[in-house]
Parts: sequence; C-alpha cells; structure tokens
Amino acid sequence: MSQNDALFEFLCRIGDNTLVLGHRVSEWCGHSPVLEEDIALANTALDLIGQTQLWLGLAGEVEGKGRDADRLAFHRDAWDFRNVLLVEVPNGDFGRTLMRQFLFDAWHSLYLGRLLKSSDKRVAEIAEKASKEVAYHLERSADTVVALGDGTEESHARMADALAYLWPYVGEMFEGDAVDAAMAEAGIAPDPSGLREEYDALVGRVLAEATLEMPEARFAHKGGRDGRMHTEHLGHILTQMQWLQRAYPDASW
Amino acid sequence: MKNEWPLWEVFIRGQHGMSHRHVGSLHAPDAEMAIKNARDVYTRRNEGVSIWVVEARHIAASSPSDKGPLYEPSESKVYRHPTFFDIPEEVGAM
Repeated sequence: MSQNDALFEFLCRIGDNTLVLGHRVSEWCGHSPVLEEDIALANTALDLIGQTQLWLGLAGEVEGKGRDADRLAFHRDAWDFRNVLLVEVPNGDFGRTLMRQFLFDAWHSLYLGRLLKSSDKRVAEIAEKASKEVAYHLERSADTVVALGDGTEESHARMADALAYLWPYVGEMFEGDAVDAAMAEAGIAPDPSGLREEYDALVGRVLAEATLEMPEARFAHKGGRDGRMHTEHLGHILTQMQWLQRAYPDASW
Repeated sequence: MKNEWPLWEVFIRGQHGMSHRHVGSLHAPDAEMAIKNARDVYTRRNEGVSIWVVEARHIAASSPSDKGPLYEPSESKVYRHPTFFDIPEEVGAM
C-alpha cells in the first residue's frame, strides 16, 4: 500500500465515523424525549456531518480520482465504508444513544487532540475546527451519562444495559494496522492503541460518577474500520441515507 | 413524583449587545444543563457570547392588574424625558 493509499484510507475511516454517527444521531430528530434534547442532538448530528464534509472532501482530494465528499458518501456501498462498528449499531433507547455518543466522544476527543499536531497541515486544520465541537459533545454526553446513570432505578438499569451492549464495540477504536503504522510513522496520525490508557481513565472517571461499573472484558467486535465485515445494520443505514442519489443519480438542488 | 423539569428563563448577551436580553425559556434538570440547553436552543446561529439562566420561579413579577397605579401616573410627565437637552455627539448611545 502506497503512502497516498494509506492516507486516503485513514481519511475515510475518520470521515465515515462522523458520517455514519451523524446519520444515526439525526434519526432522533423530532423523536427525542424533550425538545431541548432534540435540538441538542440535531446540533451534534449537524456538527458531525459538517466534519464529514471536510474529512471526505480531503479524502477525495488525496485520492485524486475526481470524487468529492458527496460522491464518497452517497456512491459507495457497505463494503467500502471504513467506520468502526460502534457508530453503526442501532440507536436503541435514548440512554443507549447517549452512552454510545459518550463512548465515541471520549475516543474522538483524544484522537482529535493528537491530530492537532499532525504533520499534515490539512489534517491539523480540520482537527482544530472539529475538536472544539467535539469538546462540547463530550461535555454534554458525559453529563447525560452521569445524570441517567446516577438517576432513577429505571434510568440506571437502562444505562447499565446500554453499557453492556456497547462495550464489546469499544475495542475496535484502538485497533491498529498497517494503515495506522504508516500514518504514525509519517507523523500524520497516532497509533490508536496508544490512546487506550487515557481513554480508560477518562471513561472510568465518568462511569464511576454515573455509578456504573466499567466492564473489564476486552473482547472486541471488529471489521468496520478495515471494511472486512460490517454489521447488518450498515446496509440499512445506507438504503436510507443514499436513497435519493441511488434513485436519481447525480441529482442536485 | 413530579416528572417535569423546572422552567428556566434564558438571557443572552449578543455579540454587540451591551446587556443580557431575555430570549426565551426552556426546561432543564439543573442550572448547568439549563446553560447547555440554552447554548443549543438559543445560540445556534452565533447569537451570543454569554448566557444567564435563572429558574423562572425565582423571578418576582409585577401584577398585570396593578397596571393603572403602577404605570399610568408616568404617562403625563413628559418633562422626565431628557429631550429638552442638546446632547453632544461624543456621548454616544444613552
């Protein structure tokens, strides 16, 4: 794999994470338990989609085959997506959505923090913009995890269930492969495995405050970030997300 | 058990505004979340640089039925408007 291919792959990974999670979160629009949370979730979704435009835009530029962000988002099939499995799992209840958001935000904020020092100026610039948004996402999702975890008996039980369901998807965010090695060597992006300790400390702190027990199991579902095997849920997302471009190719307005 | 979150009144200082202005209200479980919700509900279009929230029950309000005694006496006192003075340009907005 050439350095350029690796860079393209890396950009698709981060861009597909924000694209798929942005779409998932947007599914709450008009359905959240209260108006305030509805607007907040929509804002988060929009931030993520905005970041996607930058990451996939750069990916298309790096690839040099004339594909822009829209082309990459709407004209690829499931096996070309490089997002981690965590972001494509169904929303479940509001608690599970926010737990997933928190587990992702914590990783996202640490990862973007490293990207601020990327040797690739374009990457550092996107990270600079995104990290401010993500700092807020993390503050908000962490607060909600604490409020619901340390809330009523029912909310606590739901958050414990959410954590048990989602935890096996956490490990994939820290998997490194040849792409990561190439990025780390070039100083473009960190090897994700190096973030695990900091992540566990951050997540452990919040979960403790939420009176939730951090699972010790290290089993991880994998196959999203390398495209080897997505869950069955990704295809369903794409049928919705890409419907218009598939029915009316290259439609614009 | 009361399930409804308390109501908060939201005040925002605009980019160029001189003081916080009341912009609306929202529900939130506590002050911290009220500020976060206000950020999401009322500053999405870059409206503000500072947010105040206050729980609505802490606001003491005048009674609409007291309108007569409270406000009518000042209706006929034009001399309280400082329009009889020339104000130098340099003073700026009053």
